[in-house]
Amino acid sequence: MPSNKVPSEDRRETVLEVKDLRTSFRTSTGIIKAVNGLSYDVKTSECVGIVGESGCGKSAGAMSILRLIPHPPGLIEGGEVLFFGEDLLKVTEKRMRNIRGNRIAMIFQDATTSLNPVLTVGLQLSESLEAHQGFSRSEAQQESARLLGLVGIPDASKRIEDYPHQFSGGMQQRIMIAMALACTPDLIIADEPTTALDVTVQAQVLELLQELRAELNMAVLIITHNLGVVARYVDRVNVMYAGSVVETGPTDQIYASPKHPYTIGLLASVPRLDGPTRENLRAIDGLPPDLAQLPEGCAFAARCAYAMERCSSEKPTMEKVGPEHFRACFYDLEKLSR
Amino acid sequence: MTDVKLSKSSPDPAMPTDMRGSAIRDFLGRLVREHPMGAAGLLITLALLILGIFADLIAPFGLNETTSNFMSPPSGAHLLGTDNLGRDVFSRIIYGARISLVVGLCATALATFYSVLLGATSGFIGGRFDVIVQRFVDAWMAVPAIIMSLLLISVFGTGTIQTIIVISLALGVGGSRIVRGAVLSIKSNAYVEAGVAIGCSNGRILIRHILPNIAATVVTIFTLRISEAILMEAALSFLGLGLPPPNPSWGAMLSGTARNYMFLAPWMVLWPGIVLMTVVWGMNMFGDALRDLLDPKLRGGVGRFGRRAPKHTESEVERSHAK
Repeated sequence: MPSNKVPSEDRRETVLEVKDLRTSFRTSTGIIKAVNGLSYDVKTSECVGIVGESGCGKSAGAMSILRLIPHPPGLIEGGEVLFFGEDLLKVTEKRMRNIRGNRIAMIFQDATTSLNPVLTVGLQLSESLEAHQGFSRSEAQQESARLLGLVGIPDASKRIEDYPHQFSGGMQQRIMIAMALACTPDLIIADEPTTALDVTVQAQVLELLQELRAELNMAVLIITHNLGVVARYVDRVNVMYAGSVVETGPTDQIYASPKHPYTIGLLASVPRLDGPTRENLRAIDGLPPDLAQLPEGCAFAARCAYAMERCSSEKPTMEKVGPEHFRACFYDLEKLSR
Repeated sequence: MTDVKLSKSSPDPAMPTDMRGSAIRDFLGRLVREHPMGAAGLLITLALLILGIFADLIAPFGLNETTSNFMSPPSGAHLLGTDNLGRDVFSRIIYGARISLVVGLCATALATFYSVLLGATSGFIGGRFDVIVQRFVDAWMAVPAIIMSLLLISVFGTGTIQTIIVISLALGVGGSRIVRGAVLSIKSNAYVEAGVAIGCSNGRILIRHILPNIAATVVTIFTLRISEAILMEAALSFLGLGLPPPNPSWGAMLSGTARNYMFLAPWMVLWPGIVLMTVVWGMNMFGDALRDLLDPKLRGGVGRFGRRAPKHTESEVERSHAK
């Protein structure tokens, strides 16, 4: 999508640029196009959010960046993932291993299952240090204790001897963050980092992530379906639908004046505390399209209140609707006032 | 934070220095409390170990030392009687323990090694390699272990080392299926993917993340297989294909001439049979208990082998159970 260009006033370096990424899964019911022409970018020390409903390809897109898609059945079919200009889809597996955990780290959704139950936390923390930075076992243990302290776990030097099940869910997620921080990466991909946590702990974890981002000058890519998370912590939002970005822009703009019918529906469906109390929750009618049989035109057309004839035959491209604000829709901007 | 001294060699001052000792004590405590049968099994296994190692000191007679008392029933001089050649059955059983122990342990260790090697690589690499290896294992398992060992004996010949190799092969290949299953289930865990995501190589994932997780399975296979190996050695010796005759193998003591005298001197076959049964039962019980206690998810207390949490918590737990 050529229109999605970095505006000239922004001099920050681009850490990650995903261009027209396509990932599919071969299953018995057909080829599922989980990611279908996904494009976005992340700049230095920026926090970018990717939002969308379940199954819209958020995680598959993130996994594709680090080439963690299991093959078979998954296959990254095309596109580019430029990390400081280097196409990660073309580098050798060895180079990729060097990047994973070292330059790009990932925080997984469910920390409880993402930590190995039979290894002490210290061992798991020191793993990437040993693999990437050539730390010796005892140096790595010291560093692990420091990292654990950094994410706010009390008595860290003692607790590195403990096993994952001896920590609470929130603490486990902190440990995951500490693991991701180990090699001070340039980019952290947080795949629904707070989904498995309760609300108060969610805030703590995100707050921590923000602090560390500022402190260590890292870029963070947050993948979430939680619009509240996005509003508070993210600089720019990419709204995803059926495997591609339908709207992208600065968070405040997207929230104040969404320009894509899907984003409008998404924001309208968030219950408001200051609204009428007995109101029914508003949902977007219909279901997301079958990813094995994507329509020819706009993927959202079938559910869109503003759909026109043109929408079902032609695929909209990204158009500029404001500074750094782009959308993929044909509908007249003027008429789209809420 | 960086100043905090921390390494494996300099233990935390807050931890008691006899941690290792107390860990073993706690483990034994849990064994006795939670698995009394397992504790009995451990005693039997230890008895076998002691008998095997100190056979020369414990046995009142030499292993092939003949006396003039043929087929004498159990008495003060011959605790378990003598056989048709006037050899002391008690002494021969004690020496037999050594043979069972050596053959059992060596064969099982080898068998476990094959199982892990074959099963872990097959399950971890997966794909076509897995299919080929598993069809080979299928074919191997289609033949009963005892028949497979007879076949192998005919290739390798008889003798202690040959017996060990044959038993290990007969047991090890089938065991790889269990290891493979465990590897497959561990491989699908999120933490393996997380390991890949922090840049671990395949070898590192296998050794650091997968093997420790199948340790409980491997230990169980090992302990349960020892008794199987002992039984198999007895079976082979019973068929005259194990250790050559003068060796006091329990299986051999049950067979051959002993069967001819079975009704005249029942103690000749009764004692080796009872001992064999007891040892196999004991090891199975101990193996089962070990599997339960080593499972990290069932592990109580704090840390490996349920290192004891502060005293009050345990009594609190008991009190809450009592309610």
